[in-house]
Amino acid sequence: MDLSFTPEEIAFQNEVRAWMAANFPADLRAKVEAGEKLYKPDLLRWQKILAAKGWIAPAWPVEYGGPGWTSTQRYIYANEMALAGAPDLPAFGLKMVGPVIYTYGNEEQKRHFLPRILSGEDWWCQGYSEPGSGSDLASLKTRAVSDGDDYIVNGSKIWTTGAHDADWIFCLVRTDDTGKKQDGISFLLIDMKTPGIEVSPIIIINGDHTVNQVFFTDVRAPKKNLIGKENEGWTYAKFLLVNERNGIAQVGHKKHTLRRIRKLASATDMHGGRLADEPGYQTRLAETEVALMALEYSELRFLSGQKTDHAPGTEANMMKVAATQLQQSMSELFIEIAGYYSFPYDGFRDKKGSNEPPVGPAEAGGAMFDFLYGRASTIYGGSNEIQRDVIAKVLLSI
Amino acid sequence: MDLSYSDEQVMLRDSAERFVDANCGADNLRKMRASEEGFSRAYWKQMAELGWLALPFNEDQGGLGGTAVDTNVLMEAFGRGLLLEPYLTTVVMGGGALTAAGGRDDLIGEIIEGNLLLAVGYAEPQARFDLFDVATTARKDGDGWVIDGHKAVVLHGDSADKIIVSARTSGDRRDKSGISLFIIDRGAAGLERRAYPTVDGSRAAELFLNSVRVGANALLGEEGKGLSILEKVSDDAITALCAEAVGAMKVLLDTTVEYTKTREQFGQPIAKFQVLRHRMADMMMEYEQAKSMALVAALKVDSADPVERRKAVSGAKVQIGKSGRFVGQQAVQLHGGMGMTDELSVGHYFKRLTMIDILFGNVDHHLKQFSAAA
Repeated sequence: MDLSFTPEEIAFQNEVRAWMAANFPADLRAKVEAGEKLYKPDLLRWQKILAAKGWIAPAWPVEYGGPGWTSTQRYIYANEMALAGAPDLPAFGLKMVGPVIYTYGNEEQKRHFLPRILSGEDWWCQGYSEPGSGSDLASLKTRAVSDGDDYIVNGSKIWTTGAHDADWIFCLVRTDDTGKKQDGISFLLIDMKTPGIEVSPIIIINGDHTVNQVFFTDVRAPKKNLIGKENEGWTYAKFLLVNERNGIAQVGHKKHTLRRIRKLASATDMHGGRLADEPGYQTRLAETEVALMALEYSELRFLSGQKTDHAPGTEANMMKVAATQLQQSMSELFIEIAGYYSFPYDGFRDKKGSNEPPVGPAEAGGAMFDFLYGRASTIYGGSNEIQRDVIAKVLLSI
Repeated sequence: MDLSYSDEQVMLRDSAERFVDANCGADNLRKMRASEEGFSRAYWKQMAELGWLALPFNEDQGGLGGTAVDTNVLMEAFGRGLLLEPYLTTVVMGGGALTAAGGRDDLIGEIIEGNLLLAVGYAEPQARFDLFDVATTARKDGDGWVIDGHKAVVLHGDSADKIIVSARTSGDRRDKSGISLFIIDRGAAGLERRAYPTVDGSRAAELFLNSVRVGANALLGEEGKGLSILEKVSDDAITALCAEAVGAMKVLLDTTVEYTKTREQFGQPIAKFQVLRHRMADMMMEYEQAKSMALVAALKVDSADPVERRKAVSGAKVQIGKSGRFVGQQAVQLHGGMGMTDELSVGHYFKRLTMIDILFGNVDHHLKQFSAAA
């Protein structure tokens, strides 16, 4: 057992750090530091820079465009990117459907879709949840009925992040309802430009438009875009969910945020001293830092391939619960820094084209926005209540 | 001992609940937050006609001589309905400051009629929750005063006709003496406002005072003795906010229980799952304890014993902060994705509770106050 990086790994870390310093656009960095929301054009610009460098999909196999890194290198890379303040690119193509396509898709699907995911030419969204199927995902009802070379799709998906920006949606659809609910599900890729698809925005409590409801009315989807076999979509769906949860720890981002919290709390007045020195705040900040260490070393332990006596992938359930709870307590620490200046809030008004500076200190700006959005993290990707059920059932066999 | 409401208080509660149920709520909030002032002048008139604007004032001021418990009866109903009208800032805070300072019953009459809206500028960017941390200055100039400074996040500071501000007439920034209160007209030369919406769907403003000249009668109470008035205003406001939070928590508890009984997953209502049943039992316990502490604050906020008053008010604010956070966050969680939407009312109550937790000092601040008094 060895905690330290090899000289090669340190060289790699320096390479990533130097490249980031030279290539991460300063205007994006400034927006991230000010807590501003990044829209598709900004993210796409960053994606193209990374794609040109060949660093866009660290976990993909080399034959499909991955850089061929070890898991330690991937860890170093993710950490350096986050510490430099680089924004996360949407996971739907790069981390979700991409791996499904190269693992379960046919040659034609791989040839067509994978390069377009890497380049950003196709943006994806995820058609999993339905109004009646949240935690009980397998009860989904969106139906795909065979009609010659096509399926005819009817139904609705909800909480679809980025559907308004997406070119394609990967959908779980019901192709059979005679057996167990998990057995009649298929994994279908659908072009968002197909007639019969309607995207309806859902405004969430921070005033933002990120999620949508997507309606399918007699949507004709070619069968050539079915992944794997009909009625076996649940297997691919679960594979994807594990990937989704694997990325959820976001240790690098949390370190970056915690560093900001510590810096700002040390510069914030409270009771004639500094907020960072207030006993209550100091204790919570330290507890948060300890929780982050525990998360980081749990991730490293799981990543390093240490043999465990349970099914592979199930650590992700534990990481999801721990990481989202930690993220929420960090956002509360941020709100405390902002104090009264967490109140001013124009999230419900269109700010585009406005040159007005924020009310109060600039760093207070994103505090409430992130705090409110962050309440979703213990709900999405399988609520934390569901994760605990899985942990009890699969890991503890009870 | 009797901790139940009197017949009059029950009538007041019922009438206030009828009013908010008919007029307020999340739909009203979504409509109002797009409006210029963020609330309804017509509702304000109705509230005057119902006598609510007269409630806490003495009979010789033209008021109804209500107690803090009476105010809490109203505020709890306002919390239940997400009422947006500036009752807290005009009646509780502004009216409370005028009453404590004395000598301006003419203005109290205007409040009662519904013709005068007030706001109180007590916070400053550097001060956080310390009322005595005042960098704004007022210097004597002939008969009157000239005021310079920046007042932060003044609730309803955009629509108020007059604004009461704290300013330093002597001493250093964090001295407890030397603070005076002044009342300023909205149109005063040199008073610059920057108005903005707040996260709960209401409105506030930054006030910049650039050599604002006021007359001698703008001084409220004695020169240099403003802090004790501000402390009284703050404690009354905390007491009222605690009641408002209790009203909001009750809605969240009821809504969540109702939702989990109707939402089905895995072939049964999710209310059948033990983990959710226990969560809702905890929400109820938090609500009940918050309600008790809000009552303690109302019963003791006017106590002559400063230690008793401090422990009751700060203790209530701590409990409301913690309970409100738990009830608000769990209500969102148990509603799942729906709880995150602007469309449902849950998120609006959650946001108001989040703001109440911070207003006039968060949990840490009041734990410190409580310890210092104990």
